This record gives sequence, C-alpha cells and structure tokens, in this order.
Amino acid sequence: MNSPEPFLGATSHSPVRHHILSVLVENKAGVLARVAGLFARRGFNIYSLAVAPAETKARFSRITIVVDAESAPLEQIVEQLDKLVNVVAISDIAPKDALERELLLATIKTNVDSRTSLLDVVGSSGAAIVDVDAGSVTLMLAGTPAACDELERELENYTTVELHRTGRVALPRLGKAALAAVPD
Amino acid sequence: MQLTGAQALIKSLEMEGVEVIFGLPGGAILPVYDPLIDSSIRHILVRHEQGAGHMAEGYALATGRPGVAMVTSGPGATNIVTPIGNAHMDSTPLVVITGQVSSAAIGTDAFQECDITGITMGITKHNFLVKSAHEIPRAVAAAFHIATTGRPGPVLVDIPKDIAQSMMEWWYPASLDELDLPGYHPVVDLDADRVSHAVELIRAAERPVLYVGGGTLKSHASPQLLAFAERTGIPVVTTLMARGAFPDSHPQHLGMPGMHGMYSAVTAIQKSDLLISLGARFDDRVTGKIPAFAPNAKVIHVDIDKAEFNKVRRADVAIRSNVAAVLEAWDALEASPQNLEVWWKEIDAWREAYPLVYDEPTDDTLLRPQFVVESIAKAAAPGTIVASGVGQHQMWASQFWKFEEPGTWVNSGGAGTMGFGVPAAIGAKAGRPDRVVWCIDGDGCFQMTAQELVTARAEGIPIKVAILNNAYLGMVRQWQEMFYDERYSEVYLSPDLPDYVKWAEAMGCVGLRATNIEEMHTAIATANTINDVPVVIDFRTDSSEKVFPMVAAGASNDDIMVHPLQRES
Repeated sequence: MNSPEPFLGATSHSPVRHHILSVLVENKAGVLARVAGLFARRGFNIYSLAVAPAETKARFSRITIVVDAESAPLEQIVEQLDKLVNVVAISDIAPKDALERELLLATIKTNVDSRTSLLDVVGSSGAAIVDVDAGSVTLMLAGTPAACDELERELENYTTVELHRTGRVALPRLGKAALAAVPD
Repeated sequence: MQLTGAQALIKSLEMEGVEVIFGLPGGAILPVYDPLIDSSIRHILVRHEQGAGHMAEGYALATGRPGVAMVTSGPGATNIVTPIGNAHMDSTPLVVITGQVSSAAIGTDAFQECDITGITMGITKHNFLVKSAHEIPRAVAAAFHIATTGRPGPVLVDIPKDIAQSMMEWWYPASLDELDLPGYHPVVDLDADRVSHAVELIRAAERPVLYVGGGTLKSHASPQLLAFAERTGIPVVTTLMARGAFPDSHPQHLGMPGMHGMYSAVTAIQKSDLLISLGARFDDRVTGKIPAFAPNAKVIHVDIDKAEFNKVRRADVAIRSNVAAVLEAWDALEASPQNLEVWWKEIDAWREAYPLVYDEPTDDTLLRPQFVVESIAKAAAPGTIVASGVGQHQMWASQFWKFEEPGTWVNSGGAGTMGFGVPAAIGAKAGRPDRVVWCIDGDGCFQMTAQELVTARAEGIPIKVAILNNAYLGMVRQWQEMFYDERYSEVYLSPDLPDYVKWAEAMGCVGLRATNIEEMHTAIATANTINDVPVVIDFRTDSSEKVFPMVAAGASNDDIMVHPLQRES
C-alpha cells in the first residue's frame, strides 16, 4: 500500500478522487486529535476539515472531512475511523450526491483604479462585501468549492492581503426513498 | 457511601474481579496506593514500569483475563508506553492506570507531568482522562468493557491526583448503557448469507488451508477449531500469535507459517486454492511479498475487526464475527470439502522432505540452541507455559517446543519487543501459579529487563529462565551474515559480561551454567527440582547457528530457504 506524506490544509485544487466523510463524534476533549492523529499515522490524506456542533445539541459534533481516496482505499479509511470509540456514525457522501458548500473570506488591497473592477468581480461571482475601508475591501463568498476556486483565480489579479477558506461542509442529496424514511 | 476517588478506583477494580495489579507508586498515584493496603487485590511491586506492563501482558496471555498495571505520572507513564504498544499490536486485553498531576496543574509543565493520553492515543484501543471522582467507576467499567470485548486491546485510564483525593458518592454502572459509549459496538449478528457463501467455497475447495491467527485464541475457539478441522480434514497452520490454539501433536497440524515457518506450512499456503483465515491479519511476517502470497487462493476472512478486511489481501468472503461462532455455524451446515486425499499426499511429501532439522549436537562446538530448547521441552511437565523474548531464541522456541493447549505460549509478536520474556513469564506465573513457567530468552533480551527477577524473588514467583547465550544480538547477526556480507556491526555482546550466574545469584535466584551437553541435561534437571525461587541457566550456545527455514524480508514465500542440511549439493 502506498503511503504518501500526509498533509493538512485546504487547497484551491480539488483532489482527483475525493470523498466526503461526514463523521458524527462525541463532543469530548481530544476527539479531533484522535481523528486527525488516525489520518496522520495511517498515511491518509485530508484535503479539508470542518468541525462544528451537530444538530443533536451539545452531545455530538460533526466533522466533515474531504479525503483523498487515492492515498488509501476509502473502505480502510472508513473502517479505521469507525474503530475510534468516540466516533458514533460515518456517512460517506459520494461526490455526485454531495451538496457541498464552502465559505471564502478575502481582504483585498485596493486603490481608486482597482476598486471598481473588484466590485465587478464581486457582483458577477455572487460574493458579498463584508467590510470596506479606504485602502481595502473584505469580501465573502458562500458557494460551491468550484465557485470559490473560480473567485480565488479572479482575485489573483489583485493584491490579496489575506484569504481564508473554511473547508467544505456537505449534505447528501436525498432521493425520494431516503426522504420517505425520515419521520415527520 | 462517600468515598475518595482513590477508594472508588480500588473498589471499581475489585468490582471488575481484578486479583492482581502490577505496579510501582510515585507522587501523582500516591493517593491510590493508600486504599490498596485495605484491598483484597494483590499488588506486585515491580522494579521498572516496563516490567509492570509486560507482566500484565503475560498474565493476560496465560489466563485469558485482562492484565492490570498501575504507575505514576510522567516517567512512570512513559516507561509503560512500550508494553502498551506491544499489547496494541498483539490485541492483548490490558487496563493501565496512570496517575496524573492535579487538574489545575495540567498544561503547566508541572513536575512529572506528561500528556500520556496524547502519547498513547495511537497505541491504545481507547484512553480516558478522568475529570471528576464521580466519573471513576464509569471510566474503569468502560475500560474493562472496551479492553475485553470485540478485538481486545489496551485501555489507559489517567487519573489526576486531586480527582483521586476528592470525595464522591459511591455508585457503579449497572448496565452497558451507563457506560455511555454511543460509538462502541463490538458485537454484531452473524451474516447468514456470508456464512453460506463461505460454505460454498469450502465445499468447492480441493486444496484448503485453515490459517489460524491470534484471534482464535482470543475468542477461545480452540475446541471449535479442533472439531471443525477433524470433521473436514482440512490442514491447519498456526501463526506465531496462535501457537497452542491447535495441538502441535495433531496429524493435521503443519506448524507455523511465515518468515521462519515450517516448509510444509508455508508451501501449503502458497499452493492452496482456499485460505480460511481465522482471526489472522495477513501480517508481513506471514505473507512475505504480498502479490506473490498464495496467488491461487480464494480467501475467507473471519475477524471480529472489520478494518482487517481487504487491508492487505482482498477477501472473497469476509465474515465479521468471533471465530468460535463461525466455526459452529459451518459445522451446523456441515461445510466440508469433497476429497482431500490428493492434497494430503502432496503435503505429506513436503513434510517428509523438509522437517525441522539442525546439525547434530556435539561437544566439539558450543551447544546447539535448538537442542537446548528441545531438551528443556522434553523434560518439562505437561502444561508448562513458555514465554520468550524476541529474536532467534523466540523462533527456536516457537519451532521446537510442542504446544498442546491455549495459553501456553506467551510472546511478543507484532511489536517484536526485546526484553518481553522475563517480565511476561513472571506475569504468566502470577496468573497461573499451578503451572511451570519457562522463559526461553536470549542474552540480549535478558539484559533489557532482567532486574524483574528481583521482583520475582521478592514476590515468590519461581519462574525458570533459559538464556540461550550466544554472545550476540543473534537475529541481527544472522541478517548481517546473510545479507550484509558478514559485516558484523554492533552485535557482539560477550558471553561473560555480565556474569549471568553471579547476576542471578545477586537477584536472589539460583544461577546455573551449561557449556556442554552433559552440563545442559544436569542444569535442566536441577532447575526442574527447584520450585521455591527463580532459576536462571546460562546456556553457552553456538553463535553461528541460524534460524531456518527462512523467507528473506520482502521475498516471495516460494523462495523459502531450508536448512543447509536439506539443500541439494
């Protein structure tokens, strides 16, 4: 089995064979370290990772992990994750069934000339202005990872002071049958 | 009833049926050692925390019950990291209690502070940092539940000093629900479809092999294995972790597979058309070069841990279960191959051509280590438990001792931890005082943990230690001879330094030495008459002896090297 150097952090390029794992974990100290440590020691690559309390109140959190299924068979990643005692449930969302969204925040240095064209980019990309001052504009885009990639490319024409992306979160696209199975 | 956290901890251990704790006190665990005085639990005071961990492992391997070790924070905790890692590799049920600095001091680099839950995250099945005295019973009950169910393993419970000192109202979890483990589901129902799919493969097989791993011992499936094997006539191999799961004296037993396995066991796997893996994990020491491993075999993979499926070798049928339940289900369905006569004829030819051999014992050389092991085995009482360290002596012990029942082979498999033997033998003897316990050790291994013989003498645990003293780190020497042009780098130890007899005597043991065949027999006979104190025998063995058969690392099992005596001129 190949075990390339694991690395952390979002990239502007989508992995070739990425999968999205939505992992429900107990909301306890150290659980994120257990998950991240597992990926590191088994040589699984993480493309992005987002954590927040889950819909089921304070007891659980949801970790959305975009994994590179080239680094290891997806089955191995899922089964090893499932062995962590604090992991309660794992759903594997295939890319074609995923409703993915990501938030991009960027502060761009502007002058009189660039400001107008930047506002055009904001308008056409569906981004929004978050903050403006004399020398800079801070904008945000909540969109698909592809839309964030596209905006990031457009911003290469400007002087970026700082740019952050959250990493994606995702829900599965429900079929009729799956929806019918959910009680009202 | 109001108790201190420390009292609650000891009471919780009593509730779990703990009869012995291997440990060593220190600052952060001090409060827990006070109520221990009033407890029915026996405490064995070790001389180094690594010894406590390996003793707990030896206890667990010999008894089938979880081993318990208790140490203090900081260096006490880090000293037991190796046994924890060893138990994790070999799926040995272990509960390790560590003291921690007081809650308020955590994160301040306090005296003897270390993040032991962080350090052991990757080498425990799970671990807990207890945050209130009220949580102690739950943490202990959960630790035993996790350590002993599903695929067993080590669980660590870290208890800050102030938590041990604070008061709690005594309670104990009455049910699994109260353990609050929403993500832990070790047991599943047997998948009937997969069971019957496997039956089809078994019925169609012409060259099947039962590839028996440590999981068979862990699930106490030896009786079911014997019944299934005898009913079907399928040949059996037992891995290093499964020695004793099937009697070595049984005619269907081909012995151990792998790097130093029996020729017939290795070759039967290679030529098989169906590999029935029972609690084994296709370890690299068994498979050799993976693409060349059993290339024509379909695989039925039975394991309680589904992460083992398709990790190394793709399974045609994967059944998540303990081994015993699957064998019973197959017996109920009368799964059996049609006719194995041709297969057995081939296997018998391999067995006849390539039995285990070694050069004839002679007094012209130092002792043949294989002959020493065979001679100890021959003179040993039935049911003797054998522990070993790691290296050549371990392989010779596994090859030349005849294991007849579960719990009689105590060794470090996956981790390959040198120094495992002496403390593990002590733990085994503490758990099975009715049995004779021999430790077959190497001189390199012995020097790593020998100080625990002081523990053995002080606690009245009379084990017998056979040092196969070839004055070398023998396995490394063997590789340097075979694969590094006989360039011996940092492997010579000296036969006389230390003086093992004097050292044994200084530790309150009987020390004996044997340099020729007569002295060897005398020393073994003398050791067998001594049952009140530990005995150490310094057997002077020939350093040129190598372990055969051998499959070189990364080579195909087809390229197995037999003993020079068996090679065609």
